[in-house]
Amino acid sequence: MDETQKKEQATTHKIGIYLWIWGLLFLLSFFSYMVDWFAFQGFLRWTLILIFMFLKAGLIMAFFMHLYWERYALVNVLLWPMTAIVGFIILMAAEAKYTVFTRLLYFFIGG
Amino acid sequence: MSDNSLNNLPEGFKGMSHDMGSDQTAFKGVQWGKVMMWIFLLSDTFVFSCFLISYMKGRTSTVVDWPNTSEVFSLHVGGVPVPLLLIAIMTFVLITSSGTMALAVKYGYEKNRKMCGWLILATAIGGLTFVGMQVFEWSKLIHEGVRPWENPFGAKQFGSFFFMITGFHGTHVSIGVIFLFIYARKVFRGDFDEGKRGFFTTMKSDYVAIEILGLYWHFVDLVWVFIFAFFYLW
Repeated sequence: MDETQKKEQATTHKIGIYLWIWGLLFLLSFFSYMVDWFAFQGFLRWTLILIFMFLKAGLIMAFFMHLYWERYALVNVLLWPMTAIVGFIILMAAEAKYTVFTRLLYFFIGG
Repeated sequence: MSDNSLNNLPEGFKGMSHDMGSDQTAFKGVQWGKVMMWIFLLSDTFVFSCFLISYMKGRTSTVVDWPNTSEVFSLHVGGVPVPLLLIAIMTFVLITSSGTMALAVKYGYEKNRKMCGWLILATAIGGLTFVGMQVFEWSKLIHEGVRPWENPFGAKQFGSFFFMITGFHGTHVSIGVIFLFIYARKVFRGDFDEGKRGFFTTMKSDYVAIEILGLYWHFVDLVWVFIFAFFYLW
């Protein structure tokens, strides 16, 4: 097998993979809509939303955006910065809790 | 490809360190435009994350009840309110267009000009449908009195986050639709088969451009997955 053949093999995949992922994305979207339809509340609602969201995002990135077959160095450069976002979320969640605490304290109890 | 070491790199992290430490080009074998698109998408991820994080902060810290999105975004079908109906249809339209785009990339690499062109056109029409429904959604909410500074449903911050986040996403979709139409024309004309030179560049066109366009389009879909989960469902 020469170089060009090898390269072409790396960039095209069987149509079945795309159709499968497509079907799964429809199914997961349907499930996340059902979360609202059946009006699940509280912890169950949030967990289900997050699970379906991350599954969908993972499928799109891995197969539609070809990250699963992409060069490992590139995958790492793309995914590690996401930890900074996670850090930011944690910081801002703490900040939001503090803000709502002070608002409740001063607006309703009156410091 | 002139670089022989490309084919016998070790697996996993070791291969990555070889790639990064080889004193040559990083990401060997990945077309430069694709790397650039990924870097752009990474920066765009940060922009959207900042919007969604500020939304989280605003929603958590307000002492007024947040509007019930299930009711705010419901449509009346035969007098019966169906929760989030329009948003659900928009989600399915966007996923459909993402699927046609993935197939367009595949047919592009197989040098199937006609299929690739039609699928890109289908993707563009899907995107246009999405933007149209978003216009409908915006005008409906504006008629109901939702403004960036107030709304009749609950916490005042709701409007500003809604218009900012969905507006920024809608802008991305619109720009994507424009590029999809441009590239559909290029594909049908055969630019990528003949290696015709582009308008702004002296480099030859190649079907890898379709994959790069696809990356952008899938990213738009990806962002919608997060907006759908956090803004509409949460």
